[in-house]
This record gives sequence, structure tokens and C-alpha cells, in this order.
Amino acid sequence: MKIKAKVKKDVTKVKMLIKHAMETGRRKDQDGNVIPGLYITEVSASHNGQPVFHAEVGQAVSKDPYIAFSFKGGVAGDKIAITWIDSSGATETGEAAIK
Amino acid sequence: MTVDGQSMKMNRRRFLGALLKGSACIAVATSLPRLAFAAWNEKAFKAETLEGALSNKYPGLEIVDSTALKLKAPAIAENGAVVPVSVKTDLPDVKSISLFVEKNPSPLAATFHLTPVNVADVSIRLRMGETSNLIAVVESGGKLHRAQQEVKVTIGGCGG
Repeated sequence: MKIKAKVKKDVTKVKMLIKHAMETGRRKDQDGNVIPGLYITEVSASHNGQPVFHAEVGQAVSKDPYIAFSFKGGVAGDKIAITWIDSSGATETGEAAIK
Repeated sequence: MTVDGQSMKMNRRRFLGALLKGSACIAVATSLPRLAFAAWNEKAFKAETLEGALSNKYPGLEIVDSTALKLKAPAIAENGAVVPVSVKTDLPDVKSISLFVEKNPSPLAATFHLTPVNVADVSIRLRMGETSNLIAVVESGGKLHRAQQEVKVTIGGCGG
């Protein structure tokens, strides 16, 4: 996953691009079989270990989800960590420093 | 996340403290950061109508149309698989922002839970199966503030 965090006048904007197929469970393969759903359900972010954001998402989110949010109190160099979990229970965590 | 255990303990302690101190403190406790991966609202996400998704997501909250939130989305989306949407508001004490696509098979697309440190300004890319109303709802001051916009879709994003 790609994470960019930039602080401007006390407001830190965090942008993330997660690599995930986000299968809706409604698509069919070439033989007409339904491809089982597999999509991210939750995304959480922390700033220096403190939670700053939590999103619940569903099948309607695009493949390779892009999400952005903002918070106050971040300083350049602080650590942003983002974790997602999908409907199969798989998770990934990524980190970036605020610029 | 390595801090989960720690933050969970802290939240539990604060929550129990709030219970003892009374309802004023409960309001504070519920506005604390939510636990990571605590609650995916399956009922709301699986609801097949806008009304069903709204009532499962925000039971009992009054909905008012509002100009205090800015919903930004294209008027025409050439590709329904990737529709950029952002929501911004100056409303105070925003607890959550949810996005609904009225004509999607499951209308609820996403819920962002905000804390007092957040600025109410979120963006995401959504799938839209067909031309539909896009509805943004901001939970603030015990009410739901709603803005909506029609997005025309030329190629749907849900089919195979």
C-alpha cells in the first residue's frame, strides 16, 4: 500500500492507495460461475500510536481503494500507520512519516 | 497494530469510569476513538434499499437536508467502476460521515468514523452500477445532515 501524509498549517492530510481486488461477489468468470466476494471491510489509521481514523467500507468501494482523511496535531516526522482487514480476515499494515 | 492491547485497555477503563460518573461522561466516552476493527455493520452494508441501509446504520436519528456539507462528485462518470467522491463540512462535532449509492445492490458504500482531532474532509473512490443519486450523510449534534447529487454513469461498475 502507498501512504502519503503531509502537514500544512496544523492539518495533516493522509492519502492512501491500497492494493486489493475488492471482489463484489456479483461478478462472473468466463464460465459463468460467480466469483466469490472478497473485499476490505475496515480501515484504521493511527498517529504515533493513537487512533485517528476508522472507516467501514463495503463492496461499493473501487478496486485498489483510494481513501483520504485529515486530522489536526500532526508534526513532520510523526509516524502514520494504516491497517486494513478484508472479508476473509486478511490484513496488512503500512507506515509512513508525515512530510 | 501493536498498540491495540494498550488502547483497548484505556478505552475500557475510560468507559467504565464514564458509567460511574453518569450520562454526561458517556457522551465523552462514545466520542473517543473507536477500537480498531471493532464493528463492521453487516446489517447496514447488506441492506438492499437506501431506507434499510440508513435505518440499520443510524437507527432513530432525524435526517435534515443541509447545505452545510459539500459533496463533491462528477455529474457524469464515464466509468462507474471508479467514481471519485469527497465530503467536507464545517459542522461541529462530526461523529461520522456515510456515503450511499441509492441504486447500488447494497446502497451503503462507506462510513468514516471521525474523532475530535479529525477535520471533516474525506475522499474515496466508489463503484456505481448505474446512474443514481449519491447521498452523503453527516452525523453531527445528534442529527443526520444530508446532501445528495445525481451521478450519471455511462459504463456501470458492478457487472462482469
